[in-house]
Amino acid sequence: MSSTVTITDATPPQLAHRLTAARLPRWAPAATAAASVALGCGIGAAAGLESRVQWGLLSALLFLVVSYTVSASVEGRRQAKDRFATSLVWVSFVCAVVPLVSLTFYTVQQGIDAISPEFLTHSMKGVVATLSPDGGIYHAIIGTIEQVLLATLIAAPIGLLTAVYLVEYGRGRLAKAVTFFVDVMTGIPSVVAGLFVLSLWNIALGFQYSGFSGSLALAILMMPVVVRSTEEMLKLVPNELREASYALGVPRWKTILRIVLPTAIGGITTGVMLAVARITGETAPVMMLVFGADFINSDPFDGPQQSLPLYIWQQYSQINNDFGYQRAWGAALVLIAFVMGLNLVARGVARWRSPKGGH
Amino acid sequence: MTSAPPADARGRARRSRGDSRRGDNVFFNLSRGSGILLLVVMAAIAGFLAYRSFLALGKNEGNFLTTFEWTPDATEPVFGIAVLTFGTLVSAFVAMVIAVPVAVGIALFISHYAPRRIAQPFAYLVDLLAAVPSIVYGLWGVLFLVPHMDGLTGWMDQYLGWTYVFDQSSTGVPPRNLFTVGILLAIMVLPIITAVTREVFRQVPRMHEEAALALGATRWEMIRTAVLPFGRPGIISASMLGLGRALGETIAVATVLSTNSQLSLHLLDPGGGTFAQNIALKFNEAQPLGRDALMASGLVLFVITLLVNGAARMIIARRKEYSGAAA
Repeated sequence: MSSTVTITDATPPQLAHRLTAARLPRWAPAATAAASVALGCGIGAAAGLESRVQWGLLSALLFLVVSYTVSASVEGRRQAKDRFATSLVWVSFVCAVVPLVSLTFYTVQQGIDAISPEFLTHSMKGVVATLSPDGGIYHAIIGTIEQVLLATLIAAPIGLLTAVYLVEYGRGRLAKAVTFFVDVMTGIPSVVAGLFVLSLWNIALGFQYSGFSGSLALAILMMPVVVRSTEEMLKLVPNELREASYALGVPRWKTILRIVLPTAIGGITTGVMLAVARITGETAPVMMLVFGADFINSDPFDGPQQSLPLYIWQQYSQINNDFGYQRAWGAALVLIAFVMGLNLVARGVARWRSPKGGH
Repeated sequence: MTSAPPADARGRARRSRGDSRRGDNVFFNLSRGSGILLLVVMAAIAGFLAYRSFLALGKNEGNFLTTFEWTPDATEPVFGIAVLTFGTLVSAFVAMVIAVPVAVGIALFISHYAPRRIAQPFAYLVDLLAAVPSIVYGLWGVLFLVPHMDGLTGWMDQYLGWTYVFDQSSTGVPPRNLFTVGILLAIMVLPIITAVTREVFRQVPRMHEEAALALGATRWEMIRTAVLPFGRPGIISASMLGLGRALGETIAVATVLSTNSQLSLHLLDPGGGTFAQNIALKFNEAQPLGRDALMASGLVLFVITLLVNGAARMIIARRKEYSGAAA
């Protein structure tokens, strides 16, 4: 009698002792996510929360809590922690996507109505900005193109030569100092660059506001970016190419001009284009130095000009004015399209002429 | 073989060697000159701003460090950076608190979690986020984000109001406050932090990860024991690069923040200011002394970002294996 009791007592542990631990099915995370989003939105709607941000936060919190508790009850604490971390990483992924999508979508939605052939081919001359929807961004486009072009003409050669110095010649203390300060210079706030050019060019040397003084500030912001990217590209050029050239008796400068730079030209172009994309959107220095004219001024060396970011700022500053907002969104859409297009082209160039093959 | 080359060939060789030496000299000096020019520009920025600030500070009737007001063009010029320093640091702090964990999460997503087919396009997408001009962020921030923040700030006031910091004393005004600015800055610096952190996570030795997994670690335990310790200096320096950007951000802050010259610890109340935003807004009406005063505040901003960026670069440089990470 007693023996049978011991047998029945002993069997259940044996049955429970399986080789693999209990696991949630593969569709569990997706199901949890769907359920918590539904629940979050449900609670949000039921409680009458007007802002979608709150709905999203509720859903995210629910997702984290539910995936932890479900996993903890089925799989144990270690697995639950793992699930929790995975959920967190996915939530942060969503956190990055939401603003990007929202920003792009909202800009396109708001700006697309403003853009018309007239908007692209007219200036603001004679337009009372607060009273009529007329006027356009032609003068701003011209100004931006000229200023960015001038800045590139200044910054690209200097940046390129500095990078050549650092990679091909750079030894000793000077090179170290240049490397360090180029890195630090990348972080200069654009407004500080604007103030500097103002104090040097306009106050100390007595020049007037013009597109060119804006380009000077933009060039300061652009140089370190060009140096950094060019440096990385030149470092990728295989040393065998240089040695082969020296062995044939080609002098160093010719080797650099004819062998090293052409090999890295794809990456260098990409770097310069990314730098151009960066300075095209800079507002603060342009605001101080170019001064924003309403009319078309195609001479960057004389008198106030306009530029796209500055135009957006000026149109926005006309507080609570729908015409101004409309024009600002139109210009923002043009600007964003230009910058992103430049980015995509630059990356295309990088892929097309990558120096890694060592050709 | 050993015989000397003909005379004219020797002459040509000598001439071309002379050419090449001259060419080398010119090219070397040109490239070194541009390097030196960059250093000169940096020195000139510091020098000119210091000179103008020196002029301004001599006429300041208040204490530059502790005064709240900014009225340099009044008959009795008074200006100080207390409010600006506070606003700059607080908004950057909020941005960092939000952006660093999320950026590390995104970097982990790209390097370790995402299915390969998603990871690469998504990395591009995050890089594109960095290309959006700050004025567009500002416009989006004030016309889209601010109206959507109403509910959230209401919540924070309701449930976290006891912390004093999140107590909202003025209701019914749009939340154009330092907290919203912090969130916007977080979105703006996210791509920078993500880009550097991602590169560092990619360089974690595969052996370490596989060893951890082979010992039975879950994926999270593997990341905690192998990836994060290796990536810590990278995360720190990436955050500091982002911090430098957040501190100096001008136009987005100027669009979103509704400013005043009061120093308030209530982050959800509109008001306060930052260095860069103050320069951008006050610049147009500034008289000569006002401009010099703004340059003094610009110099402070310059020094702060210099220190932050310099520290970040030193941390990166100490670990040579991050050569690709210093983008």
